[in-house]
Amino acid sequence: MTRQARLLWVAAVIIFAAAFSACGQQPQIVPTIRPTITPTGIPTATPEASAEATASARLVGRTLLRQASVVSQGGEVVIGLSAALSGEGFAPLGIDIQRGAQLALAARPTVRVGGAEFVVSLDSQDDQCSADGGQAVATRFAADERVVGIVGPMCSSACRAAAPIFDASDYTTISPSCTAADLSMSGFTSFNRAVVSDAFQGVIAAEFIFRPADQGGLGVTRVATIHDGSPYGDGLVRVMSERFTALGGQIVASDAITVGDTDFRGLLEDIAQEEPELIYFAGFPADAARIADQRGDAGLEDALFMGADGIRTQEFIDLAGDSAVGAYASTSIAADSNALSAFLSLYLGAYGEEPPAPFHANAYDATNILLDAIEATASLDLDGSLVVDRDALRMYVRNVTDYPGLTGVLNANGSGELSVADIGISQVRDNAFVEIAIGSVVDGSVVLLLNEE
Amino acid sequence: MTPIQTQEMRARRQPASALSRLIRNPVQLISAIILLGLFLVALRNVLPLNGAAEYQPDQFARQLIFGLAQGSIYALIALGYTLVYGILSMINFAHGEIFMAGAYMGFFAITAAQETGLLASDPVLALFITLLIGMLSSAVVAVLVERIAYRPLRNAPRLVPLITAIGASIALQQIFLRLFGASTRRYPDVGWFVLPNACPALGTQGLDDTGLCRGIDLIGGRYDVTVIGLELRILPIHFLVFALSLALMIALWLYVHRTKSGKAMRAVAEDRNTAALMGVNVDRVIVTTFILGGLLAGAGGVLYALYNQQVSPFIGFLPGIKAFTAAVLGGIGNIPGAMFGGLFLGVVETVAPSMLGLSSQLKDVIAFGLLVMVLIFRPQGIFGEVLSSKRG
Repeated sequence: MTRQARLLWVAAVIIFAAAFSACGQQPQIVPTIRPTITPTGIPTATPEASAEATASARLVGRTLLRQASVVSQGGEVVIGLSAALSGEGFAPLGIDIQRGAQLALAARPTVRVGGAEFVVSLDSQDDQCSADGGQAVATRFAADERVVGIVGPMCSSACRAAAPIFDASDYTTISPSCTAADLSMSGFTSFNRAVVSDAFQGVIAAEFIFRPADQGGLGVTRVATIHDGSPYGDGLVRVMSERFTALGGQIVASDAITVGDTDFRGLLEDIAQEEPELIYFAGFPADAARIADQRGDAGLEDALFMGADGIRTQEFIDLAGDSAVGAYASTSIAADSNALSAFLSLYLGAYGEEPPAPFHANAYDATNILLDAIEATASLDLDGSLVVDRDALRMYVRNVTDYPGLTGVLNANGSGELSVADIGISQVRDNAFVEIAIGSVVDGSVVLLLNEE
Repeated sequence: MTPIQTQEMRARRQPASALSRLIRNPVQLISAIILLGLFLVALRNVLPLNGAAEYQPDQFARQLIFGLAQGSIYALIALGYTLVYGILSMINFAHGEIFMAGAYMGFFAITAAQETGLLASDPVLALFITLLIGMLSSAVVAVLVERIAYRPLRNAPRLVPLITAIGASIALQQIFLRLFGASTRRYPDVGWFVLPNACPALGTQGLDDTGLCRGIDLIGGRYDVTVIGLELRILPIHFLVFALSLALMIALWLYVHRTKSGKAMRAVAEDRNTAALMGVNVDRVIVTTFILGGLLAGAGGVLYALYNQQVSPFIGFLPGIKAFTAAVLGGIGNIPGAMFGGLFLGVVETVAPSMLGLSSQLKDVIAFGLLVMVLIFRPQGIFGEVLSSKRG
């Protein structure tokens, strides 16, 4: 083999590695960094630092096995926020979550424990909606003992990758948007979510697609499914397909795409052979927009397009242009209440725009539950430092009952589920998502209610 | 095996048949078996065994057209890899980002044209300006990358510029991310109407929202036609992309083979030191090479964005890798090879998953698997020539 050929091989191997590290979304367990509660280094001259060091030292003596977050007197209680703040199509979802948490803190800037007041601050980190990103952010938070609890991660792939790391250091996370059904069935101790599981969202989607028009549905029996290879997309399509076939519908084609790919015409051409009436896509806005856009090129412009909470953003409408018109999306919705409309007008006032994505209220609730949990379980030690026993905090969140949140009344079921909100179905009309139906469970059976105009 | 047998085999090798060569090389043998298996699967799907075939001819024809359009964009990018490799024997991994830069700058040009109304009043001029700006900005980025990342390392060991190339690629992506934000942007819908007297033939398909027919829409139009019994959906943009790419490739070939500057390029590719002794300005030739590669990548970027309508700082990554694959497939350093490799890869990627009845998620596996197969049988690529070890 010539040297030239050898160089090409080396290059090919590099390409392979690059391609797979970019596309691979499998969570991998990396050695986690346990937060240290031993004094680190020599106490410095500043009184605050030395107080912190002695507090930690005392803690080591007192609770060897229990892990705790410690905030010295006058220090800040930090809530970690893990969401995608950059990236193709993801950023509006993450920014919406960030704003929900910011508004919760704006309304409640301090926590009061035993007569002392501590300022709460938000540490937002970009998890890029990926397993790698979720892991990196989790490792960072787990190594920071000022962090008391976490709102997030945003995407199910990040949630799944981050959960073992948070588990190991006994943290509590409340995700406003990780909906993959199996997350609450995997025995993660740190995982909680203030959003409805896809086990429910998928069912409502299937009912909405299958039921005849006089019962509030679309009356469609031939569906093609596509997902984006993420745990979220894969899980949601599975739940939806299962229910849809059980109802008597037919999944005529099912396939998956690679995130980052841009030409789906070949795939859509294959799907077109099966003549579906509706394309169900579980994934995120950039890919959804491409599929919605390119379906016309493959002769599927008459097929309906439906997605889920991942695409229910203004970004999807902007990217897909005319082909977004009429597209459906399901999402967990907050019950109408005065508190919610007050919150929405606050949002509009603070950021000057309607929420670009559906998870602001979930993030607001998640943040507030964490603050409640801190106030209920934290204690002061002898020199006035705030000590948050992470185990107690975790138990508190796992046992929340009748919490009056913006998204409804939240009740923990013990495995991490907090929310039982309804699922709303929206449609793109006049360049915006308009809610057209609400799916809920009454006495064990699914009810679809059409929104009157 | 006794020595005598080996000798016998060696004696028989003189008119070495392809089969005996296969048997002696286990890797090639395994690859050949895999290829044969894939071929049989494809055959089963294509033949109408029980009733209708899994894979219909008109489905093939439609996917072939998609594949050719996608492939000609790969080919435009692949030419940049091949040119630079031919001159410098290095792989410019930042080329995918140079492509992205063209698409992005083209976006600003075409949005400006839309806002000033030029796009509506004179779409041809607006598209021409967009293409020009995309090409020029890619060329500028390419020259900057050469200046900053490669020239200081001209005489460093081969692997060093490979690393800076990857660095340059990440740096460019991040610069665009910081400058213009992470959100994806949508190219405006463009209508370029030609042949107004084709209206009667188009029937209702030619009508726009107001019920008016202005002719065939070359950019945004879709037309259902029947060609030799195949029901096709024709998008004129596919042919436009293909034709324009082909024209650019021919122009490049003419430049390299018919001009003095092209001759200098070929001389430097042959032997840089001797060319320098003969009075060729090597630095200038190298810059010219990067400019040419950049121009083609920029054109590819604008065409790609017109066709897929979305641009973001991340769009360069995957097409860049695919184009590199195409360049290696065709024989890196070889201009017709890059053209062929790009078209071939685009078609295989679109057609193969459905022909083999696989998930289209596997199309990258098929594309890269194909690269491995080709390298097993022809380490120098399909069109590549075996170079002397001095250059290799």
